[in-house]
Amino acid sequence: MRPKKAKKIVFNSAEDMPTMICSVGSQTHNLTGAWRNIRPEMDRTKCIKCGMCWKFCPEPAIEVVGEWPVVDYDYCKGCGICAEECPAKCIAMVEERR
Amino acid sequence: MTQEAKKDKKFTMTLPADELMACGHLACQGCGATLAMRYMLKAVGQKAILCIPACCWAVIDGPYPYSSMDVPIYHCAFETAASTATGVKAGLEMTGDTGTTVVAWAGDGGTFDIGIQALSGAAERNEDIIYVCYDNEAYMNTGIQRSSATPFGAWTTTTPVKHFKNRPKKDIVAIMAAHKIPYVATASVAYPEDFVRKMKKAKEIKGTRFFHVYAPCPTGWKSRPDDTIKLARMAVQIGYFPLIEIENGEKTTLNMMIKQRKPVDEYLRLQGRFRHLQPEQVAAIQAQIDTRWEHLLRGCTV
Amino acid sequence: MKKVIMGNHALSYGAMLSRAQVISAYPITPQTQVVELLSEMCADGTLNAQFIKVESEHSAMASCIGASAAGARAFTATSSQGLALMHEMLHWAGGGRHPIVMGEVNRSMAPGWSIWADQNDSLSQRDTGWMQFYCASNQEVLDTVIQAFKVAETLMLPAMVILDAFALSHTYEVVDVPDQALVDKFLPPFKPAIKLDPADPRAFGGLTGSEHYMELRYKLEKDMEKAPALIEETGREYEKLFGRRLGLIDPYRCEDADFVFVTSGTAGYTARVAVDELRASGVKAGNLRMKLFRPFPFQAVREVLAKVKKAAVVDRNCSYGAGGIFYQEVKSAVYGWPGMPPILGYVTGLGGRDITTDSFKEIAAHAAARDRADEEIVWIGVKK
Repeated sequence: MRPKKAKKIVFNSAEDMPTMICSVGSQTHNLTGAWRNIRPEMDRTKCIKCGMCWKFCPEPAIEVVGEWPVVDYDYCKGCGICAEECPAKCIAMVEERR
Repeated sequence: MTQEAKKDKKFTMTLPADELMACGHLACQGCGATLAMRYMLKAVGQKAILCIPACCWAVIDGPYPYSSMDVPIYHCAFETAASTATGVKAGLEMTGDTGTTVVAWAGDGGTFDIGIQALSGAAERNEDIIYVCYDNEAYMNTGIQRSSATPFGAWTTTTPVKHFKNRPKKDIVAIMAAHKIPYVATASVAYPEDFVRKMKKAKEIKGTRFFHVYAPCPTGWKSRPDDTIKLARMAVQIGYFPLIEIENGEKTTLNMMIKQRKPVDEYLRLQGRFRHLQPEQVAAIQAQIDTRWEHLLRGCTV
Repeated sequence: MKKVIMGNHALSYGAMLSRAQVISAYPITPQTQVVELLSEMCADGTLNAQFIKVESEHSAMASCIGASAAGARAFTATSSQGLALMHEMLHWAGGGRHPIVMGEVNRSMAPGWSIWADQNDSLSQRDTGWMQFYCASNQEVLDTVIQAFKVAETLMLPAMVILDAFALSHTYEVVDVPDQALVDKFLPPFKPAIKLDPADPRAFGGLTGSEHYMELRYKLEKDMEKAPALIEETGREYEKLFGRRLGLIDPYRCEDADFVFVTSGTAGYTARVAVDELRASGVKAGNLRMKLFRPFPFQAVREVLAKVKKAAVVDRNCSYGAGGIFYQEVKSAVYGWPGMPPILGYVTGLGGRDITTDSFKEIAAHAAARDRADEEIVWIGVKK
C-alpha cells in the first residue's frame, strides 16, 4: 500500500524530473479532511459492526481498528454516506467547528 | 447485544480488505465513480494496469507527480481507452507478461460518444481487456454537459430545463452484447458484492469484457452526497438499471429479480436535474422503464 | 542479401529487422503493402510480433503508444489523411516520450482526393515532437528505420521515416537487406527505464499544472537538440557494420558550388542529374538534400551554405500564406549569420506533379537573375 500521509514533492530543476511524465509520489499528501463541513461521529454503544460504513466510504476514510470502524478525519470529506447507510443509525453528522 | 458482548464480535467485511485506492484523491463528496474504482480494484487486485482517458477519473487520481493508486495508470486520450488498452496488453504479452489484467476505465462520454469507435473495434477483435464504463450520465468533468448516456428528461448545462434531453439514453449494453463478446455485465455501486463477484468472474475470462457501472454524481445530478448509495439502489429496484450478465451476446441472466418494482417518482424527486418535469413526463419515463423491463424479462433467465 | 523490393516493403523489412514487437496499423494508399507484408511476416512467424488490425489510424497510434508504454518496440505506417487523423496521438507519442517508429508515405491532402506525392501531410505534423527523416531511395528507407529505432530509444522520442508516394513506395529498387545478426548487434532490445509495471505502479501523463509542464517540455526540446549529434554518431556506427553512411544531410558537389538547390525526398536525386547537366553547361551547381527535418540540422546546413553564393530551396509542399516549409527553415538557419548567401524559395511538384531536371533548370535560370527574392514564393510548373 502507498504510505499514508506522504510528503509533498518539490522539483528544484527539470533534471530532477523523470523523462517520462509519470507519478513519483502519493496523493495521500493531500489531506482532504479540510473539505469537510460536517463530520461523522460514531456511537459504539449502537454499532453492530456490520461493515456498511466501511463498505460504502468513497475515500476510503474508514479503517478497521481492533474490529471497530474508525474514521480517519485527515481524509473524510464529510459526504455522509456512512451515516445514511448505517442500519443501526449509530453515526451522527455534526457540524464541523474549526 | 451489550457493549461487552460486542467487543469480541468480528467486524463484518463482505468485500476483499485490500485497498489499492488511497485517500487524498480529488473526487467530490459522495462520488459514485470513486466507489466503483475501489470495488473494481478490490476484485482485480494489484496485477493490473489501467488506461484512463479524459473523464472525472483523469482528475480524481491526482495531478502530476502524484497518484492515488497502487496500480499503474496510463492517462490516455479521450477516445482511446480501448485502443490504448489493446496496445498495452499486446506490449505486455510481447515482453513476457501474460498475467496482468488490463482495464480500460472510462466515463460515459468516453464510452457512449467519443470512444465508441475504438471500443467497437477492440470488441470486434475480441481484445483481451476489461472495459469498464462508469456511467454518471453526463460530461461531469467538464461541468455537466449532456452525453448520449444522459436519460430522457434530465437537465444538464447543455440541455437546459426549457429544452431538456428529449431522447432516451443510448443502450450501450445492447450495443456491446451485439459484438458477441464473451462477457457483458452491469453493476451498481449500491451492490458491491455483486460488482466484485462479476469482476472476479470477468478476470478469469479471456477476450473483451465490458462493464456498465451505474455511478451517481451528486454534483451533476443535484442530489445530496449522502444519497449516492440510496439512488443507486433505487435505480436497480425500480428497474431503471437492472443488474444483468450477458455471455457471448446470447445468454442473459438477470441477477436480481424485482418482484414489486416501485414507481420512478421518488428516484426522480431526489435529483434536482429532474425537478422541472411535469407529471406527464414522469409518466413517460415510467412507461420507458416498464417497456424495457418487460423486454428484458422476455429475453433472460432469472 | 540483395533483393529487388518496393519502398513500402523496405519499410516492412526495416521493421522486421528491427524486431518490432507490436505493430498496429490501418491500410491507406499508398502505404498498403507495408502492412500487408508485415501481416504476412507476423502470420508465418518470420517476425515475432503482434499485429493489431485496428479500425482507424487514430487507434493505430493509440495502440502503439500503449504498447510502447508497456515496454515493447512499436511500429506503424500511414500516409496523408491517416496521418492527419493521428495528429492528436502524435502529440501524445511525442509529449509522452514514446520511441515509436512510423513509416510515412508522403501523399497530398484532400480535397481533392489525391493519392500522389507531396509533403504537406508530414510537414503539417512538424510541431508534434517527432523526428522526421526524409528518404530518397529504398535502401535509405530500410537503413533509416533501423537507425531511427536506435536514436528514438536512446532519446525517448518518436521518429517518422518518410518516403514519396509511388516515386518510392511502389518503385522497385535493389536493396541490400542486412543480416539479422548484424542488425541485432547494432540495435539491442528496447529496455525503457520506466514503463507500465504493476511492480512499480506509476501514473503516466496525468494532469500537469503550470508549475511542472514547462520543464517537461524543456526536457523534450533539449533531448530533441541532442538528436543531430546522435544521428551522426549512430550513422558512423552503422557505416562500420553495413558500409552505408547515414547522416543529417546529403550534399552533392557542394564544395565548390556557386549555386545549390536545397531539396528533400526523391526530388533530391533528380536534382543531382540537373546539377551534372548544369555543370556541363558551365554553371557551378550543387545539391543539398535534407535527410533530417526535425530536429532541423541548423549547424550542418550552415556549414554547407557558408561556402556557396546562392541557394534555392525547392519545396514539394506549401504552408499557405508563408510558402515552402523547408524554405522557411533554411532561411531561419542562416538568418543573422555573417557570410551567408541569399536564399530563394520555390514551390513545385504538388499533388504528384513531376519534378524534372527541366524544373531544376528553370529554377536555376530564375535564381541566376536575382540576388534576393522579388516575390516571396515562386511557383514552378503551375499553369498560370
